[in-house]
Amino acid sequence: MQSSRAEARQGQGQFAALMAVAVLLIVLLSLLPMLRLVKELVAPGGTLSAAALAAGLASRSTWIATWHTLVVGLGGTMLAVLSGTLVALLVTLTDLRRRGLLVLCYVTPLMIAPQVTALAWLQLFGPASPLLRLLGVAPPLGARNPLYSAEGIILLLGVQYGPLVFLVVRAGLRKLPRELVEAARATGAGWPRVVATVVLPLMTPSIVAAAALAFVSCVGNFGIPAFLGIPANYLVLPTLIYQRLAGGGPAALGETAFLSVLIGVIAIAGILAQETVSRRRDYRVASVSLPAEPYELGRWRMPVEACMWLFAVLVLAMPLLGLALTSLVSGYGVVLSAATATLDNYRFVLFEHAAAGRAFVNSVWLSALAATFAVVVAVPMGYLVAWGGGGRWIRLLSLAVELPYALPGVVLAIAALLLFLRPVPLVGLQLYNTPWIILYAYMARFLVLALRPAVSGYHQIDRALEEAAQVAGAGLFTRMRTIVFPLVAPAAIAGGLLIFMTALGELTVSALLWSSGSETIGVVMFSFEQGGDSGYAAAMSMITVALTFALMLLASLLAPYLPDGVLPWRD
Amino acid sequence: MARLILDNVGKSFAGADAVKDVSIDVADGEFLAVLGPSGCGKTTLLRLVAGFEKLTRGEIRIGGTVMSGPDGSVPPERRRVGIVFQNYALWPHMSVAENVGYSLKVAGLDRALAGRKIAEALALVGLEGLGDRRPASLSGGQRQRVALARCLVAAPSLVLFDEPLANLDVHLRSSMENEFAAFHKRTGTTMVYVTHDQGEAMALADRIAVMDRGRLMQLASPRDLYHEPANEMVASFIAKGTLLPVQVLGEEAAGHCKVRVLGQEAVVRCRRGERPRHGRICCRSADFEIAGPGEPGIDGIVRRVVYRGGGARVEFSPLENPDTIVPLDQPDPVFHQVGDSLRLRVRAGWLIPAS
Repeated sequence: MQSSRAEARQGQGQFAALMAVAVLLIVLLSLLPMLRLVKELVAPGGTLSAAALAAGLASRSTWIATWHTLVVGLGGTMLAVLSGTLVALLVTLTDLRRRGLLVLCYVTPLMIAPQVTALAWLQLFGPASPLLRLLGVAPPLGARNPLYSAEGIILLLGVQYGPLVFLVVRAGLRKLPRELVEAARATGAGWPRVVATVVLPLMTPSIVAAAALAFVSCVGNFGIPAFLGIPANYLVLPTLIYQRLAGGGPAALGETAFLSVLIGVIAIAGILAQETVSRRRDYRVASVSLPAEPYELGRWRMPVEACMWLFAVLVLAMPLLGLALTSLVSGYGVVLSAATATLDNYRFVLFEHAAAGRAFVNSVWLSALAATFAVVVAVPMGYLVAWGGGGRWIRLLSLAVELPYALPGVVLAIAALLLFLRPVPLVGLQLYNTPWIILYAYMARFLVLALRPAVSGYHQIDRALEEAAQVAGAGLFTRMRTIVFPLVAPAAIAGGLLIFMTALGELTVSALLWSSGSETIGVVMFSFEQGGDSGYAAAMSMITVALTFALMLLASLLAPYLPDGVLPWRD
Repeated sequence: MARLILDNVGKSFAGADAVKDVSIDVADGEFLAVLGPSGCGKTTLLRLVAGFEKLTRGEIRIGGTVMSGPDGSVPPERRRVGIVFQNYALWPHMSVAENVGYSLKVAGLDRALAGRKIAEALALVGLEGLGDRRPASLSGGQRQRVALARCLVAAPSLVLFDEPLANLDVHLRSSMENEFAAFHKRTGTTMVYVTHDQGEAMALADRIAVMDRGRLMQLASPRDLYHEPANEMVASFIAKGTLLPVQVLGEEAAGHCKVRVLGQEAVVRCRRGERPRHGRICCRSADFEIAGPGEPGIDGIVRRVVYRGGGARVEFSPLENPDTIVPLDQPDPVFHQVGDSLRLRVRAGWLIPAS
């Protein structure tokens, strides 16, 4: 009796230890920075005051940037939802061929850093575009690039986040039981009607969720409005924050805190709007079944396929081609030919430019550490979320991990700055002006990217496997090490690779947190472009894209051991 | 109302035959049940008729029109068939009335007329006044009634049922069975009813098509299927018949012939023109009786006794053929115990036709 109670206590003790570590991490990475941000707003300097709020609200540039943020946010979301949903419908419900390749081409822009997308499109359409000049259709040198505009930002946001919508809607469509479609067809409804009256209404939750996701991503995006908007003096909230901070330094922190909370509020409003719309009707599909037979496009198959491929070429191949060509020319406006093509830009950024060389090293180790940290933490934390019993605390826990990623990156960056501007109390650790503050932000922001695949990995494992080990006498930590970790490791590691890929080209957070010596690839690329050195920026982008593709290939090797949907580009 | 003709229908998925060489002629107004173990191809057959699958070989005609054939396939929306699914397939985002009225809306029917028809259809399945409810707020039986009303309202020429009672509890099943029977009687519509439950098939159908591994095993009335199975699969599948090897001793006379079974002679029913050969007979527990003292019979022992309430199922295996299990239904009081010796007599049986 006595000993069994002791053993019970030990089992609970291990679980409690796990829970405590998880809570501590969540507090450090998620709740603390958010609370610090809110404190700056309502009680700057420690005393309650509405001064920061009032100053922010009174500023005219705040409202202009807010308006711009809403315009490009909504515009980009609309474009992303339209294109993503259309592609999802065509890919899922019709008999298009080479679907896997099409999905790969369509989703890849999502894997490429936004500022690389921006740079690529700028190179494609600008007057100095090597491609346009090669074809002889370039506008005269010195003409304004048409992408330096609100429309340009909207277009690129749509291109960047269309795949995000596509992935969510496609996942929803795959769960649509075929009987619901067939029942409609049997009553005499043709495909267009079935799509309009049955498929799309039932997809409302997916589409709305995708729209909310796209909206949050659009309003939080820094790379695209930075490359396209700053030259046109079209500022959105993230670029306004960047400019204020770049111009005013730490003194401007109070004001930028207000602006970043404003973005957070806009993002949360988008998420809340989604909740309201989804709850209005009953969209719950009760049964599980096979997907519907694909609709035969018949004589329309060729033209539709041609359009899809043209689209894929337009959003992926053309911009990358533009980027590649720019990286090969020696200067602005030089016509590319066999004689003028040069690898000088690559040599320069890799071996000659000190900051660029440092940036590659920094980005690689920062990304690698953040990814490793996330994988190591995601396995036990995923255990709590998936198998922890689902109590209220556990749900709060999983919600809190999402926070730093769900909110725009600038919010987290400003919060991190506020948190670490002064040395950490008690230990006196100085993070500000070091690469460690970037690492902190990466760990906080990207943890959820490894947690999600780990949780879906847990959901695929029969819990009896763990219970069998428990019956055999293995304690929680032993089971974790010997049974659980080997089973969910592929999913968590795939998540880690996703983090590495995302962090490698990351700009939003590091643009606000970098200091001399801790530059990242994104930061140096951005400064090249701002200085007019598109060739160098393009060369850096090409190297990043090549790294990304190599990582995608590496992650694809894990695919047989992964739950569906962990690698977004694999269909 | 229409006649349905399946002519040598075949369907293969990635080289594997799901349905093979099936020919069935369903008369106008007939109720046909398609019965078989899971994976026998019965649902595929139904989906071929509805037009959700394309056939690989053969032809399907409904009401004289070729719907699926070598020259192509009429899409499901132009076949005028109604279908009731196992999982009801009600659209969760529409009310009950919207679900039922969907086909009328598709057909562009006048609103007032559509409203009347919806009310009629709901009344017919006993769901008056539930038109504004959401499918999620209904019970399983009510949902299946809505599905039935949805199918009724379009007045289809052919109604297909895909295991419509499989998701309901036993109690509801029999009441829905009655409902389907009444519905068939009232409308006179041709119906094809797929099920794995022979009780349902027997209770409802004019004829039953038994399928196994994609092939049609037998097409006959419930009575013929039970008493005169065409092959061993049907004999053992329908009401768990026991198969025993026999030697046919004499020629058929008046539908019977003499056979030797497990060393004993017996007279069993058979087809016309049977001649002496080796074969098998199908017996059910009522075809056996325990021989009295001194009477000839098959010696064996009791292997298992399972009490079933009001009687017991006694499993007997003959000494001569210990691998064969002969089930006997013994009414209370049952005195047999495992290991007891017993002598059985074959009272009747059916000689399975030579294939």
